[in-house]
Amino acid sequence: MNYTTQKSLTYNPSLTRNIGNKALNIASALFAIISVLPLILVISYVLIKGGSYINLDTLILEPEPPGDDLLSAGGIGPAITGTFIMSVIASIISIPVGVGGGIYLAEYSKSGKFAKFIRFGSNVLAGVPSIIAGVFIYAIIVSTKILFGSMFSGIAGGISLSILMVPTIIKTTDEALKLVPNDMRRAAFGVGASKFTMITNITLPAAFSSISTGVLLALARAAGETAPLIFTALFSRYYITSFDDLFYEMGSLSVLIYNFALEPYEAQNQLAWAASFILVVVLLSLNILSRWIGTLGAFSKNKV
Amino acid sequence: MDKASKSKFSLKKRPTSEKLVDVGFKNIVVAMASMVAIVLFSIFAVVYYESTESISRYGLRFLFSSAWNPVTDEYGAFTAIYGTLFTSIASLLIAIPLGVGTAIFITENIIPEYIRNVIGIMVELLAAIPSVVLGLWAVFIMEPFIRPFLNIIFELFGFIPFFGTQPLGAGMMPAILILVVMILPIITSISKDSLNQVPSKLRQAAYGIGASRWTTIFKVIIPAAISGITGGVLLALGRAMGETMAVTMIIGNSNNFSWSIFAPSYTISSMLANQFGEADGSQVSSLMYAALILMILTLLVNVFAQWIVKRLSLKYQ
Repeated sequence: MNYTTQKSLTYNPSLTRNIGNKALNIASALFAIISVLPLILVISYVLIKGGSYINLDTLILEPEPPGDDLLSAGGIGPAITGTFIMSVIASIISIPVGVGGGIYLAEYSKSGKFAKFIRFGSNVLAGVPSIIAGVFIYAIIVSTKILFGSMFSGIAGGISLSILMVPTIIKTTDEALKLVPNDMRRAAFGVGASKFTMITNITLPAAFSSISTGVLLALARAAGETAPLIFTALFSRYYITSFDDLFYEMGSLSVLIYNFALEPYEAQNQLAWAASFILVVVLLSLNILSRWIGTLGAFSKNKV
Repeated sequence: MDKASKSKFSLKKRPTSEKLVDVGFKNIVVAMASMVAIVLFSIFAVVYYESTESISRYGLRFLFSSAWNPVTDEYGAFTAIYGTLFTSIASLLIAIPLGVGTAIFITENIIPEYIRNVIGIMVELLAAIPSVVLGLWAVFIMEPFIRPFLNIIFELFGFIPFFGTQPLGAGMMPAILILVVMILPIITSISKDSLNQVPSKLRQAAYGIGASRWTTIFKVIIPAAISGITGGVLLALGRAMGETMAVTMIIGNSNNFSWSIFAPSYTISSMLANQFGEADGSQVSSLMYAALILMILTLLVNVFAQWIVKRLSLKYQ
């Protein structure tokens, strides 16, 4: 038999396989362009359209009730503070729970049955639709008036947001602590450190940057959420003036966008665009910041 | 050893306070971890408990009726369930080729690496835009822009029931498109990660026996990464089913069942967002029943996703 056939080894662009390859290269490039297009469109519309409505009054004033004044709708000041306060409440609850849970998974029970179950559970909790978290908090806090008789409140809103943050924080803490080499743990035990000292002085600081990345990402997701807030914090047009106001309805940027986008008045719609400008700028900066922090740590994913 | 060094290195018992701190810390951490399980179970328990009235009254009939009448207390979630499944699956069918294609484009060396990195980061930043902002964009920019195109489809193919009504603004089709935008980053980034994890030996072996780039991708790389890609697709499906705000703003919120994708419709989550505020009595219970159905659907998808990733992965590690 003769295995040698006389064919040229030089690249021949008219071969079917080469034409096919080219076509598929172009197709995949096209898909990539289509995927990036929405981001560019959304961001440019929000920045240009929203940015044009931003001025000092919009940032500070309280929003006017729709239809009162057709020319001006006031501002988004209370919504900005409301989003900030509820994010802080959500962080106060979810950071200890999430970091604590992550420490348990990574340091105490690496592959025990309970740890497996908790890992599974936090993945499932991450997949629970955000609106269900709102319905849940509505049922146990708002409708039962368990918080000192208050119904819709900023605190209830913060709690519902914390449910969305916990799974992300647990997961990143767990993974960050697992990347810390075991040598460091043995060295700490070797010089007589207790487990508590080892965790708080050695492994947590070593994993700090990765954990903060997770916390910031979780915060960025929670701050933009609307669905849980419409049943828990509702909306308010006023600034909070005292601690007691935490137990009453509280406005937020995302609910303001939702409410005012559906109003038939131009002034309110403009306010919704202005609010999206602020929200998108803050969330994108949080995201970029978290990426940057993630590259700093000694044991971050990108370096190992 | 002389006496001095002996006393220097003598064994010392741990003080009780240190032990207490150690045990206490462990207990706190265990309690924090248990919170996840407690919250998850109580979400199920509370939603189930709140919907018992509706479950006992309507039973499975709730799933197949599209009545929604607070006056006569007749409730059924067929339109919403159909809307949820149809919008999420249709958006998935559009987003899978786009997302996986983009992921392949980013992981192959067709163009220089820094451009690919920029594209990858941009797609991931898309995930950072809150859904209510996407909804605002969809209502004011996207929907008016695509309406003429939808009208052309209606005029040409209006005899097919799926295109049977005139597009008049909010409807199922814009909702599907905005869902595509929302789930693209999930599919792309998870597919990208799993394509990157395929060992380069496999690719070199395929090139070595004369396979072209795309033969290698279709016959070697994608089969090796299929577990991660499937997992990502299922996660995206779960996300699409539970997505609320953007869909609520653009789907039109109508409980009248229609085959047409241009007609206003409902999803379970948009029904909740719309009606929960002013509902009372048995309507709340019916909404809770719908929420329970949504929870079970997303739970099934998520558990299946985790199972499939475990089942199919570890082949090439």
